[in-house]
Amino acid sequence: MKAGIVVFPGTNRERDMAIALRVVTGREPVMIWHGETDLPDLDLVVLPGGFSYGDYLRCGAMAAHAPIMPAIRRFAEAGGHILGVCNGFQILTEAGLLPGALLRNGALRFLSQDCHLRVERDDTPFTRRWKAGDVFRAPMAHGDGNYIADDATIRELEDSGRIAFRYSRPDGRVDEGDRQTNPNGSVRAIAGVLSANLRICGMMPHPEDLVDPLMGGEDGKPLFEGLVEALVR
Amino acid sequence: MSSATGQKPVTEDLAREFGLTAEEYGNVLSIMGRTPSLTELGIFSVMWSEHCSYKSSRVWLRTLPTTAPWVIHGPGENAGVVDIGQGLAAIFKMESHNHPSFIEPYQGAATGVGGILRDVFTMGARPVANLNALRFGSPESPQTRRIVDGVVRGIGGYGNCVGVPTVGGEINFHPAYDGNPLVNAMTVGIARQDRIFLSAAAGIGNPVVYVGSKTGRDGIHGATMSSSEFDEDALAKRPTVQVGDPFVEKLLIEACLELMATDAIVAIQDMGAAGLTSSSVEMAGKGGVGIDLDLDAVPQRERGMTAYEMMLSESQERMLIVIHPDRTEVARAIFEKWELDFAIIGHLTDTGHIVVRHQGRVEADIPLDPLADQAPLYRRPTAPSPEPAPLGPITDPVGIEQALIRLIGCPDLASRAWVWNQYDSTVGGQTVKRPGAADAAIVKVEGTSLGLALTTDCTPRYCRADARQGGAQAVAEAWRNIVATGARPLAVTDNLNFGSPEKPEVMGQFVAAIEGMGEACRALDFPVVSGNVSLYNETRGPDGSSVSILPTPAIGGLGVLDDVNRAIGLAMPDEGTLVLVGATHGELGQSLWLREIHGREDGAPPAVDLAAERRNGDFVRQQIESGHVLACHDVSDGGILVALAEMAMAGEAGCILYAPQSGMRPEAFWFGEDQSRYVVAVRDAEAFTLAATAAGVETRVLGQVGGDGLTLPSGATISKARLKAVNSAFFPALMDD
Repeated sequence: MKAGIVVFPGTNRERDMAIALRVVTGREPVMIWHGETDLPDLDLVVLPGGFSYGDYLRCGAMAAHAPIMPAIRRFAEAGGHILGVCNGFQILTEAGLLPGALLRNGALRFLSQDCHLRVERDDTPFTRRWKAGDVFRAPMAHGDGNYIADDATIRELEDSGRIAFRYSRPDGRVDEGDRQTNPNGSVRAIAGVLSANLRICGMMPHPEDLVDPLMGGEDGKPLFEGLVEALVR
Repeated sequence: MSSATGQKPVTEDLAREFGLTAEEYGNVLSIMGRTPSLTELGIFSVMWSEHCSYKSSRVWLRTLPTTAPWVIHGPGENAGVVDIGQGLAAIFKMESHNHPSFIEPYQGAATGVGGILRDVFTMGARPVANLNALRFGSPESPQTRRIVDGVVRGIGGYGNCVGVPTVGGEINFHPAYDGNPLVNAMTVGIARQDRIFLSAAAGIGNPVVYVGSKTGRDGIHGATMSSSEFDEDALAKRPTVQVGDPFVEKLLIEACLELMATDAIVAIQDMGAAGLTSSSVEMAGKGGVGIDLDLDAVPQRERGMTAYEMMLSESQERMLIVIHPDRTEVARAIFEKWELDFAIIGHLTDTGHIVVRHQGRVEADIPLDPLADQAPLYRRPTAPSPEPAPLGPITDPVGIEQALIRLIGCPDLASRAWVWNQYDSTVGGQTVKRPGAADAAIVKVEGTSLGLALTTDCTPRYCRADARQGGAQAVAEAWRNIVATGARPLAVTDNLNFGSPEKPEVMGQFVAAIEGMGEACRALDFPVVSGNVSLYNETRGPDGSSVSILPTPAIGGLGVLDDVNRAIGLAMPDEGTLVLVGATHGELGQSLWLREIHGREDGAPPAVDLAAERRNGDFVRQQIESGHVLACHDVSDGGILVALAEMAMAGEAGCILYAPQSGMRPEAFWFGEDQSRYVVAVRDAEAFTLAATAAGVETRVLGQVGGDGLTLPSGATISKARLKAVNSAFFPALMDD
């Protein structure tokens, strides 16, 4: 699997993502500068976390108009696989590649803590190493992760199985109104969503920061292993 | 010599307004041989301010031990540099941003983080961890909530955005900080030993390059503000607080590190306090060269700025670089890629002067040697603090269980999770022990087997009762916290926060604290490699009386693990025996038990026996290195029982405790704050205690791991759920969250 990580000014989790990809693929991902206008030959494009352009307008709003974005859009239209984490998820929603938006966290504070995510379906490249209903742990670190979309969109996402992950208790129970288990207040406790073709996934928590027992666990590893399995050629 | 039109005439009165005494102004006149221009007066006043010149503290700082075989650069550079092995160096420093954080907590704290980051990456290190040491006023004080909120948001807002994990720190509350909180920020970076960048300028004719943000009118005279007491008009000084832009800082880090990978840089320094003035004066002064600056070339944020304003601006996220002339275009391309300003604003000369030109006029022309050499140096009068009165007989009005509940819920011991959870502690993917998981934060050095152990420590109430013991204790506790993870302590950075040096009793505290620190650093081979002094931490009430903070010599400690996989935490393991290492005499003077149960802050603080500290610590570290220890937690605020409760709350299991030492009152045993002690969980208690005896180390078996809470010798069990509920209540209640 050939992976590329897009670096915007203010991106700050590109190194974490590179470590995770290196662990599962054994090869170095390509770093792609935001000023480029073409992508190299890739199986997976990753938009990592950070504060692109300082997040001074809306999170991800400036990055959605970066010079590299038309190439990413073409990649998506051609059926390419894209993972957006944290700021990367925000950029994907701002670019219209995923539905919905990320508001300020419900408590209006930055949240950096472990959360539990329930896997909602196991037949996508991002989730195939889990079983639907499995729960895994991942650190979250964001100020704007409160997922929202209009009712019709939420209904469509639910009906077509485009929810990838929900915030849950360790036992898998989801409680939208509970700040302990749905820390940022996301509607329907949505932590990650998929595109209609299931090839673009955006999520707020950071599976890339939990791929090594030394750092507290390998809970995030199956996501990357699944991608390798699905995209190997 | 002429100065810009419309500016104030320079007089002794104006010099006083700028913070110079009559005598200091007399020296300015004799150095210049004429009346200085306004810009020149501004340069003298900031360079000779307490903040930049350390005029009250320098003679004492020189007495601290600063060398060891592993020290590469001690105090005098932008940050301290130590050898951590494998050709790598850790570069670190702690710095205060106290005064700005009272006036405007968010920006004050944020720019404190930004400033200390620059001190570290200016030397060629990629910052890998931030820590902090915070002191707030009483939770009941009406200002405290506003200040806690702003400071925590500010630290998070800056650190999270630049992508450097905030991995540790400490917080105290005390009414002595009501009008003067302390915000001490620490950054640790990693560099290759053969790629460390210093600030001494060299090469006559070499260009002087300005990079980073544009210069605006913010922060003018910040350094002099930080060198005087607060009064009731402090909040009116808000315009002297700088505004931070962590996004630009992130770009600046990446651009500087990219430039540092080439061979373009001769010398580099960040523009911190007193901005362009201190960076240019210090770089040229250290290199023994002159410097010419052309202010017309300085990137400016607003129109019509005067030379005085540009030289004194403390706009953030700016660096000054002396560069090899044939590499300027390489450098320019890197900064343009990162969309940062890049301007050649001068060159080095052989005149030995700093010459500042603006719009065709020479605005300043000052000989650098006397500016540095004749900077004021004071050996201010000191007065000894009174010996603390002995505690006298004391009773236990509430019992052990009730006391424990009150202690773990009190402001100084309550869970800090509300604070940590606003700091990104995992970015970078190298955080092995997050806040609260071990006595020191553990950060892996990417691509190696090495781990850094990092902590900040000080117990100000001990320092007030006995500054010498308190100074030694702060160093010893930092050392102990590193040892408790299995790491080898290497060196410290210090951040000395005190009241007005013009008060003999404050100066007495300062000198005694340094003596105690020095003794501990020497006994523990734990030298001071960088630091910062913050004086005039006072507030003046409407009645004119001046109140000093508690003496607060905050210590930032750094240690290394050759094999980071061997680091241990404090969480109670699933099995094992709990053993106390170190002797217990039941010292309750200045203890939190005394304060929380009796409302008293008196008695002598616990004595620090440095020989025992060393012996106990070396033994514990060897046992951890040999794999015999499952968990380890030092015994500090609140004593043994609080340490055990913290281990239980962090882990899955509880513990069942045996009766306390006979011949000692139970509260003195469980809550005494005797130093040099650790609680360890071990599988083989017999082997452990035998090895301790052989090493001359006292131990005592405290109990067994087991159960779901803390089972006291009386048989009563305090459930973990109850402990956690009490422990986690304080911050959300204070902040109404």
